[in-house]
Amino acid sequence: MSQIRALIVDDSSVMRKIVERSLRQAGLDLSSVREAGNGAEALGILDANPVDLILSDINMPVMDGLEFVRQLQTVEKLRGIPVVMITTEGSESNVVQALSLGAKGYIRKPFTPDQVKEHVLPVLGL
Amino acid sequence: MTTLSEKKFATAAFDRARWTPLLELSVHEVFDIMLSTQLCPYQSAVAASEGEFTALVGLAGSLCGVLSIRCADQSARIMAGKMLDIPPEEVDNNSWDALGEIANMIAGNFKGKLSGVGNHCMLSVPTIIVGTDYEARSITGGNIIEAVFDFEKRPFWVTLELHE
Repeated sequence: MSQIRALIVDDSSVMRKIVERSLRQAGLDLSSVREAGNGAEALGILDANPVDLILSDINMPVMDGLEFVRQLQTVEKLRGIPVVMITTEGSESNVVQALSLGAKGYIRKPFTPDQVKEHVLPVLGL
Repeated sequence: MTTLSEKKFATAAFDRARWTPLLELSVHEVFDIMLSTQLCPYQSAVAASEGEFTALVGLAGSLCGVLSIRCADQSARIMAGKMLDIPPEEVDNNSWDALGEIANMIAGNFKGKLSGVGNHCMLSVPTIIVGTDYEARSITGGNIIEAVFDFEKRPFWVTLELHE
C-alpha cells in the first residue's frame, strides 16, 4: 500500500488523535498527518501542503465541514482530494448535503476502527 | 449552509418512557465503542460536589434544550486516557476536550435514535464548565431525564433537559 498524506479536521484534538489511530489500525501507511481545528484552518494548510485524504467533522466553529467541502470544490487543485465526513451530525439531510457537495463518504460517531477501514479504503481505491 | 430557519419541522413530543432507555443506550454505546468500557447504574448515594467537570451540548430544532454530562476531575482524566490510549496521569487539558466530545457523541447518538427527529435537530459545539460552585436554572419546563452511571467506582451523570 502506498504512503498516504492525511488531513484530519475536527475541533476536538482528542478526536483528531483517535481518527489518526484508527487510520493506522485500518492498515494505512501514513507518511504525514496534518491536523486542523476547523475548515478555514484546513484550507490554509492545504494551500501549502498537498494531501491524499481528508477526514472532516461537520459541526465545527469558524467554518463547518459542509462549507469546507463546498470551498474545496471551488479550488482546482483541491477538488479531487477524497473527503470522508466523520460526524455526530448523522442526520440524513446533512449526509445528503455533504455527499452532494463532493464528500465521498461519511462515518458516524461513535465509530470503530473497522468502520473507518470500511469507509476510507474504498475512497482511496484500496 | 442550511439553517434552522430555512427548515420546517415540528417539535417532538417529550416521551419519557420511550426516551429514557434510548438515552441510556446512547450512553452505553459511546462508552462501549469509544472507551471500551461497560457502564452500569450507580448504586450509591451521590453528592453534587463529586461532579467538578460539566460538558453541555445545546439542541435546537425538533428537540430544543440541553444535554449535559458531569463527573469528577479524575473520572474525566480516565475517560480521556481511555480514548487516547494513554495513562490518566499523562492527560492534560485533553480531559476537557474528551468530555465535550463524549457529550457531543451521546447527544448525536440519542437524536439519531429518535425516528424522524434527528434530521431536524442541530447540536451546538460543546461547552465545558469546571467547578461545582454554580447554579443552573432551567427554562425547559421540567422535561428532564437524568441517569447516573458507575464509571470506575465514581458517579457519571447524564441529564437531558428539553423545552415543552
